[in-house]
Amino acid sequence: MYWQPEIETLPRTEIKNIQKDRLAKILEYCYQKIPFYREKFDEEGVKPSDFEHLEDITKFPFTVKDDLRKAYPYKMFAVPLKEIVRVHASSGTTGQITVVGYTKNDIEVWSELMARTLVACGVTEDDVVQNAYGYGLFTGGLGFHYGAERVGATVIPISGGNTKRQVQIMKDFGTTILTCTPSYSLYVAEVAEEEGVDLKKLNLKAGIFGAEPWSENMRSEIEERLNLDARDIYGLSEVIGPGVSVECEAKDGLHIFEDHFFVEIIDPETGEQKPYGERGELVITTLTKEGIPVVRYRTRDLTVLNPEPCSCGRHFVRMAKVTGRADDMLIIRGVNVFPSQIEEILMQIEGVEPHYQILVYREDHLDVLEVQVEVNEKIFSDEVKRLLEIESKIKQEIQSALGVSSKVKLVEPKTIARSEGKAKRVIDQRVI
Amino acid sequence: MFVKQVSVFLENKEGRLYEVCHVLGDAGINIRALCIAETADYGVVRMIVSDPEKAISVLRNSGFTVSETDVLAVVVPDKPGGLAQVLRILKDAMINVEYLYCFIEPGTDRAIDIMRVENTEAAINVLKDGNVEILTPAEVYGI
Amino acid sequence: MSIWSPEYETMPEEQLRELQLKRLRWVAHWVYERLSFYRKKFDEVKLRPEDITSLEDLKNLPFISKDELRKNYPFGMFAVPLDNVVRIHSSSGTTGKPVVVGYTRGDLNTWSEVVARIASAAGVKKGDICQIAFGYGLFTGGFGLHYGLERIGATVIPVSAGQTERQINIMMDFGSTVLVCTPSYALHLAEVAEGMGVKKGDLRLRVGLFGAEPWSENMRREIEERLGIFATDNYGLTEVIGPGIAGECQERNGLHINEDHFLVEVINPDTGEAVEMGESGELVFTSLTREAFPVIRFRTRDLSRLIPGSCPCGRTFVRMERVKGRTDDMIIVRGVNIFPSQVESALLEIEGVEPHFQIVVDKKGHLDELEVRVEVEEAFFPDAMRKLVEFQKKVEDKLMASLGVRTKVTLVEPRTIGRTAGKAKRVIDKRMY
Repeated sequence: MYWQPEIETLPRTEIKNIQKDRLAKILEYCYQKIPFYREKFDEEGVKPSDFEHLEDITKFPFTVKDDLRKAYPYKMFAVPLKEIVRVHASSGTTGQITVVGYTKNDIEVWSELMARTLVACGVTEDDVVQNAYGYGLFTGGLGFHYGAERVGATVIPISGGNTKRQVQIMKDFGTTILTCTPSYSLYVAEVAEEEGVDLKKLNLKAGIFGAEPWSENMRSEIEERLNLDARDIYGLSEVIGPGVSVECEAKDGLHIFEDHFFVEIIDPETGEQKPYGERGELVITTLTKEGIPVVRYRTRDLTVLNPEPCSCGRHFVRMAKVTGRADDMLIIRGVNVFPSQIEEILMQIEGVEPHYQILVYREDHLDVLEVQVEVNEKIFSDEVKRLLEIESKIKQEIQSALGVSSKVKLVEPKTIARSEGKAKRVIDQRVI
Repeated sequence: MFVKQVSVFLENKEGRLYEVCHVLGDAGINIRALCIAETADYGVVRMIVSDPEKAISVLRNSGFTVSETDVLAVVVPDKPGGLAQVLRILKDAMINVEYLYCFIEPGTDRAIDIMRVENTEAAINVLKDGNVEILTPAEVYGI
Repeated sequence: MSIWSPEYETMPEEQLRELQLKRLRWVAHWVYERLSFYRKKFDEVKLRPEDITSLEDLKNLPFISKDELRKNYPFGMFAVPLDNVVRIHSSSGTTGKPVVVGYTRGDLNTWSEVVARIASAAGVKKGDICQIAFGYGLFTGGFGLHYGLERIGATVIPVSAGQTERQINIMMDFGSTVLVCTPSYALHLAEVAEGMGVKKGDLRLRVGLFGAEPWSENMRREIEERLGIFATDNYGLTEVIGPGIAGECQERNGLHINEDHFLVEVINPDTGEAVEMGESGELVFTSLTREAFPVIRFRTRDLSRLIPGSCPCGRTFVRMERVKGRTDDMIIVRGVNIFPSQVESALLEIEGVEPHFQIVVDKKGHLDELEVRVEVEEAFFPDAMRKLVEFQKKVEDKLMASLGVRTKVTLVEPRTIGRTAGKAKRVIDKRMY
């Protein structure tokens, strides 16, 4: 099923023509409207008019997350604030947040792309969509919300958490589509079992899962336990949010909406472009964004592109499921967390010494972020309530800055292994 | 009048308490009284020992997180209502007891209560006025 | 200040009543034909929709209560098939089941329109940067304001609730000009901001759209003083539409009710009789344009009064005074409606909990804090902290799942909660407004 068949089934040659026209325009737009790009292009001695063929894109410099951070809050906006109708942002301590703005037209495009995504997963206006992605500055919740509304489905904007209630509503409201992170869907299955609710007997039809890596094994488990068709989606707030690519019924790679995004694969070390079929870092240029367009944005996500025609009839290039990162970013329950952010938070708390360790594991299918902090004599007290206060302070600060809950564990000194004098900061025990 | 209590941070897992006692034993330090305040993940071990300074130093050398707290050692008659009598004095003076643990002095009919109170100075004054005997550090360590 | 829809908001009285009558007849037909619940009510008093020839005729119909809506859980009160429903929200129920409300595309359009009106009346315009600190989700607060402000063309920052320091950083760095939250949260923000060393001059706040809980003129002054903001009140409830039923204009002498969409009555809560214009009583609403979830004579349990006379702002819509209280035992905690009976039914499902509890509502700083004291059966009192903490968490999770708001659970010994004449005093509300 297609939402916009005339576009989604365009032959590759035509897709490439559209991309060429739009790339030329967006490079000019960025150069004219955003000082950052003008300076950067000038530095590299490249002009928008140097772009004539798709291959010419490699003449242009990359944009990295740090560039967006430094532009905090509005320096990457290509239009006056008055034209921005929505602002989203990534989590992070001040100065680490990336802010993205959308014009009315950006919201329109985003809704269309999410409608394509949902329809590719089989959603129609008869469906009841339980949207368990978190709402707020995070793009997941509102992205799905506007897409499902565009399709005309019934939206239950339940947001994340409160799993017993999720199960109750799934049963009582006859939910047909579940949208959340893949690991959360397994947790929902777990809670449903505890509550004596047989998910297989409910109306669930499809699950649209994203915001974290997952495997084919997990897919089989989810499909088996929830009795639904489990699809993967991909997106990132710097580019638009969810709505960059989606799996069709063939479940053999995620179709990238190439009329709005131009993608490349590069060697993360050298920055050299790699041919189709080779694994590397995904780089995206937005073709139609007005609020914050990005040129050659390095996602740090590792994947492979496949341009072969697909049985679904779409000719959009497919990317393999993202299974790794080119940096140390962690994804905790769909939230992106950098170890450096946690370190920064700990350093700001009086008396806490830099002996800490971040442990990530799964408990009942859900990610747990455990921060172990060695107790030194500055924070130790004979009164238990003081120790509890420190724990809860660290927890609160992490929640406040990163938007993710954590487990803080005070441990005895020197229990955290030090290798060659330097502690191993992150231990990720998850098996995806 | 303050007695030094030694407190140690311990994770709530097997063998840790043994480790503390073992270290103290090796150093020839006697534990007079001990109590544990526990949470789900860790505990605070509070002790009165024969030589607090030495205890702190050997524990630190063994890598434990240690602190020293001023507490009161109060003599309580070892009979029904003995402790209540003492606590009544504090209650009347509106002094809150943070925690308390006690032990019985061998060969005597008196119990010794280790108390941590909100306002130690004030507590000493009212207890003395109420004719409650407060032990000196030397007396406690030497028991 | 600009009036968003002058053709309606300043409509001459006579014309407005005509429009209301026309719409009342429409909604009467709509519910009569589609919902047996309403057909029965009409038939009982032998009234047919076409018999309605004046607004007075509405008074022949019985009231409907929240409990009746709840009994039709989940979709029994939807007047359209589910495939025409594009959104679902829900409000808390008195016991267990919530009231589920549905919206058609047309209803969402109406909702955005009425919220755009109250936001404009408060002074919001395109170019404003609006920080929405209401929770998004099944609660109508976040989405109601979100769509209304989007309609105006303002910049919406959908921060959602919580993470106060982050809210303040965003407020400063993003240059927010409009703040949307509960009044008590506004004061909490002010307090935390001061603690962070933020000066009034560091903020660009201009207009506050506050609602979802009762507040006083004193609180208004304090909020305005500390945040340098023009603070306005608005009113709504999920069963009728959500926020957007009424809002203050620049005069701030009452909240204009969007009368072209909502017909208001004020009754004596004991007798059900209409009170005189200007007298206090319980608000009763009839939705005139809702398609998916129409309500006829819904008793809100909110106490207020209508203000006679015209308003200098030019709007002809009648004004209601800010809500002064409730006629039932519902309490509002951080904007969330809670019934003591809900707490009771949740606790009864947990093994080891005695059916004796007490709800203590207090303010910590400016924020509501909900504490539930629960008596635990002796046999269940664990001696190890680890087990005690687990048990407490279990009770907290259960309450969170059923109330949708975090509670602090305090386990107390059996027979320690005071009983008056055999029955425990269930709620202790220590808050002052």
